[in-house]
Amino acid sequence: MTAVVDPVGSNLAPESERRRFRWWWPLVALAGVLVFLNLLRLVTGADDITSAGTLRATLVATMPIALAALGGLWSERAGVVNIGLEGMMILGTFGAGYFGYLYGPWAGVLGAIFMGLIGGLIHAVATVTFGVDHIISGVALNLISLGAVQYLAALTFGDQKERFPGGGPTQSPKLGHLPTISDLLPAGLADAVNSSKLTKALIGDLSLLTVIALLLILGTWWVLWHTAFGLRLRSCGESPAAAESLGVKVMRYKFIAVLMSGAMAGLAGGFLALVASSGFRDGQTGGRGYIGLAAMIFGNWRPGGMLAGSALFGYTQTLGLRQGGTSVHALLLAIGVLGLALAFWQWRAALRTHRATQGAGLLAGNVSVLLLTVAALIPVALYFAIDEVPGDFTAMTPYLVTLLVLAFASQRLRMPAADGQIYRKGSAG
Amino acid sequence: MTRGTRLLLGIAAPALAVFAAFVITSIVLLLAGDPVGAVWAQILSVPKPGNLVNIVNAASVLYLSGLAVAVGFRMNLFNIGVDGQYRIAAFAAAVVAGQGWLPGILNVVLGVVAAMLVGALWAGIAGLLRANRGVSEVISTIMLNFIATSLVAFLLRKAAVREPGSNIISTKEIPASSQLQGFDLFGLLPRPIYAFAVVAVVVGFLYWFVLNRTRFGFELRATGRSATAAVASGVNVKRMTLYAMLLSGAVAGLVGMPLLFGQDHAYGSTFQPGLGFAGIAVALLGRNHPIGIGLGALLFAFLDEQSNPLQILVGVSPEIVNITQGVIVLTVVISYELVRRYGVRLEQREVARALGDVPAAKGAAA
Repeated sequence: MTAVVDPVGSNLAPESERRRFRWWWPLVALAGVLVFLNLLRLVTGADDITSAGTLRATLVATMPIALAALGGLWSERAGVVNIGLEGMMILGTFGAGYFGYLYGPWAGVLGAIFMGLIGGLIHAVATVTFGVDHIISGVALNLISLGAVQYLAALTFGDQKERFPGGGPTQSPKLGHLPTISDLLPAGLADAVNSSKLTKALIGDLSLLTVIALLLILGTWWVLWHTAFGLRLRSCGESPAAAESLGVKVMRYKFIAVLMSGAMAGLAGGFLALVASSGFRDGQTGGRGYIGLAAMIFGNWRPGGMLAGSALFGYTQTLGLRQGGTSVHALLLAIGVLGLALAFWQWRAALRTHRATQGAGLLAGNVSVLLLTVAALIPVALYFAIDEVPGDFTAMTPYLVTLLVLAFASQRLRMPAADGQIYRKGSAG
Repeated sequence: MTRGTRLLLGIAAPALAVFAAFVITSIVLLLAGDPVGAVWAQILSVPKPGNLVNIVNAASVLYLSGLAVAVGFRMNLFNIGVDGQYRIAAFAAAVVAGQGWLPGILNVVLGVVAAMLVGALWAGIAGLLRANRGVSEVISTIMLNFIATSLVAFLLRKAAVREPGSNIISTKEIPASSQLQGFDLFGLLPRPIYAFAVVAVVVGFLYWFVLNRTRFGFELRATGRSATAAVASGVNVKRMTLYAMLLSGAVAGLVGMPLLFGQDHAYGSTFQPGLGFAGIAVALLGRNHPIGIGLGALLFAFLDEQSNPLQILVGVSPEIVNITQGVIVLTVVISYELVRRYGVRLEQREVARALGDVPAAKGAAA
């Protein structure tokens, strides 16, 4: 139907698929990003775009999103769309606040997971057992969770003042702190780690829960892609009928996946209440469940990509908060330069296609290159036109960046083939 | 299946759902140690005339929101962005109408047109991204909701007039001649029903007419049912996607109008939020049917209004009713599914009886 419209994409896709993944790629990419950002800081003088404080705040902002995205990954790999992540996270924040205050921060972690599991159970029963539309169930779950947590918070923190001193209908009392890495290290070593700002931000100040979250991401990657269990689980998301005909208990796998999803999302909420702030507050999630979903899609339903997406989000969110006006102003230049680079790259590709096919796609290629160039020049022009970005715009940066990235990247994404489809037992025939 | 059985099955599902929600809410109240009987006695009491007017008013707003979501649903598009669309549209309408360029009712019309245009444009971004770049409208509209929040906050600060001694900022109040008084039925009602309640009913009729009685509506529904079949019969799916989003956004633009012209007369930082999400629930409840959505809107408005005084009367936080509403949405889809399965079984059995041969009938039905 659209054979000649996009010669660039169709020409490059097989080539990029031929390249094999190497373990050092993420490290090179990370180093590249850091070098680029430091260059940007030199050019623009916006000091907070690579400061140690920004790095630490980015890590804290990234983890809840990454955990929510991890929850999304589990369920969507088994073919169940989970838009209820937000609700499960809300449940998690309350679980952390309630159990965390009564029985200590680690109990708060377990409480968050437990509450998330309840959310996952509701979603699993609705979508897997009763075959309800996944998105409807998710939306209902978000409604129920929000109401339930507001009701429960008023009932506990609001009404039982003597049990929860300092709490209120919309917030829990202050919770205890989870240990950081430097709390665990022997005194001498901790001092050594904390002597430099950078290592203090990246290692010393790291909460143990951040480490656990990173291990969970690594563990998920290993379980889903390197065990028989994971292969079966993913087969339920790609072709449940084929999986069932091979003897995989499709319903059971889907159920487990959605429960795991709930646990992860609950933990994401717990992270917000225990690490990112010092207690449960109403409306604490602020849509991070949805953002996690976007990060997962952006990451092409893969753990590494999902983490990169979450980091992008956490970083832009942090920048908006730390000297937002100046930092996001500098980011404008970065976006413009990256856009121009992309345009140049597309132009080269179009030229190559032109040589190969003698005509056909050159015009279409040039039009898209021209559009991209113009689009990339807008942020550059803005950068030189204004000195500082107004606060409201820095707040929308992460969402805008997500939208832009999806607009340019979504054609290269491939979701699990049977994602979102309702499967009934015995459909294999 | 006879017509009667079908009707009975149709009623059975929502009845089952409401009953299940009733039971689940009661269990939650019991577990929490709240007075179950007193809560239901308040919620299910007969509303006073003043409350009735509030219910009708709130329902007309929810109805418009539900219709906006339903337009998308009919085409298999999930417009979560109604929330952002109605806020940005109401802001635009408040600014335009606040200028008072035209006299009286014409000014209202101008404001409404502005709202529909802005709502459609905002939804159109998601439509374009979906049609041309393949971005899921679920994600893009969520992002656009957040962006709308910041954008409106920014613009409001630019356009605002501040009341002396107050933290609330809002746009310039619309001229008195353009403030709609509504109907109090010659003083029978303690407070007027929004004039826009009538508009909501008209939009509901138009929704039914356009979707069920025009070629455009047919193509829209056909695309929603099966995009490949629609392509085969010559429907331009990309264009339909964009149109459906534009239409949904235009209706979403109307959501804030009853509040703007009938009650607030300006757009401020206290303008009612969250109507778009309630609209999703109402559209699901009403199964995208214009009358069903209306009933769903009335039910939700009734629950909201009746639960308001719970805190004062029985010391239970009114959020309990949000649990009820969420559970209703979930149980309604579950019970429709159960009733559908039951209906299919009933039909199979009937066919079997008619053919007098069970195994063959089973094969035919499958």
